[in-house]
Amino acid sequence: MEVFIQQCINALTLGGLYALIALGYTMVYGVIQLINFAHGEFFAAGGYIGVLLLGVMTAMGLMESAPWMCLGVSLLLTMLYCAFLAMGVERIAYKPLRKQTRLAALISALGMSIFLSNGMMLARGPLDQPYPLEYSSGGFEFGLITINNLQIVIWVLTAVLLVALNLLVFRSRIGMAMRAVAQDKVMSALVAINTNRIIALTFAIGAGLAAAAGIMVGLYYGSVRYDMGFVPGIKAFAAAVLGGIGNITGAMIGGLIIGAVEVFGAAYISGEYKDVFAFIILIAVLYFKPTGIMGENIDDTRV
Amino acid sequence: MAEPILELVEVSASYGKIKALKEISLKVYPGEIVAMIGANGAGKSTTLMAICGIVPVQAGTIVYAGTPITTISAERLPVMGLCQVPEGRRIFPRLSVKENLILGGFYRTDKSAIDADIERVFSYFPVLKERLNQQGGTLSGGEQQILAIGRALMSRPKLLLLDEPSLGLAPMIVQKIFDIISEINTQEGVTILLVEQNANLALQASSRGYVLETGAVTMADTADALLANPKIRAAYLGE
Amino acid sequence: MIRELRKIWKSCFIGLLWFLALLWPMTGINSDGTLTFARPLEIWLIVVVAAVVIMLIYSANKSGMLAPFTRPVQTAAGGLAGQAARLPIWVWLLVALGLAMFYPVIFTSRPAHDVAINVLIYISLGLGLNIVIGLAGMLDLGYIAFYGVGAYTYALLNVYLGFSFWTALPFAALFAAIAGCIIGYPTLRMRGDYLAIVTLAFGEIVRLILNNWMELTNGPNGVLGIDRPTMLVPTFDDGFGFEVISLRKLYMLYYVALALAVFTMLCVYRLNYSRIGRAWEAIREDETAAELMGVNTFLLKLLAYAMGAVFAGLAGAFFAGRMKFVSPESFTFLESAMVLCMVVLGGMASIPGIILGAAALVLMQEWFREFETYRMLVFGGCMVLMMLFRPAGLIPARRMGRRSEDDE
Repeated sequence: MEVFIQQCINALTLGGLYALIALGYTMVYGVIQLINFAHGEFFAAGGYIGVLLLGVMTAMGLMESAPWMCLGVSLLLTMLYCAFLAMGVERIAYKPLRKQTRLAALISALGMSIFLSNGMMLARGPLDQPYPLEYSSGGFEFGLITINNLQIVIWVLTAVLLVALNLLVFRSRIGMAMRAVAQDKVMSALVAINTNRIIALTFAIGAGLAAAAGIMVGLYYGSVRYDMGFVPGIKAFAAAVLGGIGNITGAMIGGLIIGAVEVFGAAYISGEYKDVFAFIILIAVLYFKPTGIMGENIDDTRV
Repeated sequence: MAEPILELVEVSASYGKIKALKEISLKVYPGEIVAMIGANGAGKSTTLMAICGIVPVQAGTIVYAGTPITTISAERLPVMGLCQVPEGRRIFPRLSVKENLILGGFYRTDKSAIDADIERVFSYFPVLKERLNQQGGTLSGGEQQILAIGRALMSRPKLLLLDEPSLGLAPMIVQKIFDIISEINTQEGVTILLVEQNANLALQASSRGYVLETGAVTMADTADALLANPKIRAAYLGE
Repeated sequence: MIRELRKIWKSCFIGLLWFLALLWPMTGINSDGTLTFARPLEIWLIVVVAAVVIMLIYSANKSGMLAPFTRPVQTAAGGLAGQAARLPIWVWLLVALGLAMFYPVIFTSRPAHDVAINVLIYISLGLGLNIVIGLAGMLDLGYIAFYGVGAYTYALLNVYLGFSFWTALPFAALFAAIAGCIIGYPTLRMRGDYLAIVTLAFGEIVRLILNNWMELTNGPNGVLGIDRPTMLVPTFDDGFGFEVISLRKLYMLYYVALALAVFTMLCVYRLNYSRIGRAWEAIREDETAAELMGVNTFLLKLLAYAMGAVFAGLAGAFFAGRMKFVSPESFTFLESAMVLCMVVLGGMASIPGIILGAAALVLMQEWFREFETYRMLVFGGCMVLMMLFRPAGLIPARRMGRRSEDDE
């Protein structure tokens, strides 16, 4: 029983992280129907910039006095950085292709993904870059169950970001414009929405969320690497599809499911095949419900 | 006559290699209703999309209220008072009726004035008030057309481009829609450029008309003259 | 004109500043937290100079200053193309085939043979994938799995049961086709991007199974000691007879690869203009309409997967025989992406395009081998540039419409 609860805690942590990444996929897919393969690289870039900023703060001697403030500041700066990165990528590699076939944009996205991950390798080297460990120490123990501080931080951060995103998309003017652009770009332009700006903003928000996940993953697993975006990227995309791509609530649920499947599969069936379980669940769900869990039809509540 | 509010001078546009518009010229004067009639594929909708900056113009100029707008991007035109109700209405299907209306006046930030305008739209179209929180896609065709016109009114247009407002609607509702169009024209002082396949209705509602055939203007006259023209009667009025 | 140029220069300038802002944190912060400005500035200046040079050439070309140079070249190229078009197509085919036949004689070095064999393998793979993507219009991101199935089929049959290359070849094709059906079946109801992720997931599953099934596949260490393909050669030592020789020399393998590639080309060419091919194209352009016209979309889509898989399986078996070693490393998503790129860069549904695409990508990787670390960076960048400037591919296919799914 204790083991089970402990696994639930781990699943929730991992699932939350997947959900954060999945949101970027689903939002971008919602507005321009593109699988943004470079999204995993935004996540990896977030991991890198986060550790670099923490390093700068350590060098400046701020870490000892106010470690949590340092984390918060680097988190914000990293999200900003990745937002800018995503906007640049969108402008160069996707925007000129908007009138082309979807396959052309997809290939461009693949190319961008390869370009970015290798760019990061050239900039930071092929080896793991370690994260400071002080955040994961300390926490609560209930008998055999432990929840460390970092897990709580991840939960809180994920929850805050998800709520903020929901407010933004479903309650604000900008969110309304985003949903409008997702449903009909021409009509959006006819009601004075600057569609290009909204699309760029969507990329920026998605990348910001991925960046936050990048830092958290770096802290959680202790290191980052240039190619760390690939596998979580695929799984997060699987989560987005699982929930019904283009659907924000679906992406959150999908992320949690993929996280849970992976953690429980690894714990109770086989650790080596943990990635397989996530994919099998994905295929099974899509086989019986080809539009995902939340998607009633392909163009349901996009963004 | 006064200065035209909209003037197209030899406007050409094409989809790939196919020339959709061949040197279209037309004028719309403030306060009038102008009809543009023609068969399927004559280039009527393309003309409207070219005016609104969605379809790129290859040659010629478009002047709106004294400003050349040929290269101005689409999203800036509603701010200037040029607004379109496109073919097929294009209601945002997953947004509520209220959100659709708010989006109509998206560029405006004066919240109280927007609320007032929503009320004003409701006074024209009481049915929308009942459907306020319903998703746009669940409305009937006639209700969607009403919503589309209401959405356009939310941007306080000076010139309204209406594309096939009768498309796919029952005759009774069509009549109602055309009544509303005349009402908007007289009460709000909105100039209207009306595109229709239903030539009879369109010409009866308007003061002047243009006839489009395969991307070119083949006839331009007052509505009454066009209605009396035997060629028009044969080609478009089914006589 | 001038205004347009000014606009382009302005966006170029903003882009460079943007790039600097993104570049600096990545390269300017040392791992110990200290800051440096030399390295990012160095990289940035190189990029700035390159961008300015390209922009200058572009502006000069746009404003017609390069016309004295470009016009003669254009007329010459146009003349050559005109000359070329006048020759009948079979002359070209003969020339190409002759060149391919005598390639090992002309180029005798080992690396040249290696590269040529790689190109031929990728041509087979590209043409096989073309059936799924180019003809039937289904995006497959896990195509390399079939290649892996073929390779492992031969490897395991050979190592455990002693099958020779040629007897194992039909099994490789069969198992790949079965794998194709297994993957194809559940995905048939899906369209577009759902298909993409499911095929990607299947590809990963196959790789992970190969990687983790230690008893059968020896996991990440791979299967060693696979026999080379053999061939019956007539001998006249003891009267007339046949001798089995193992194809040790690289040029011999080259001819096997060539035969495989030519076989694939012929099959795909015939399929392209057959009843089945037309049905696939109908499915690609509009699935609903095709179904209403009486095309059995279910069976034909499954067939497309199976056919595509067969060619990948054959190529895979050859790959295993040639390398004498297989490991899951060779069947990653990046390989799938690579084959996909060949198809799209060359021109979907265009056989000469795909041949050119495969050759271009393999050669590009070879040329950049000296700059090993920059290779993939350049590769990724080229993919993006290619899509920006020639999205229909190098040699676009003639019969290619817009997909109904692409329209909004």
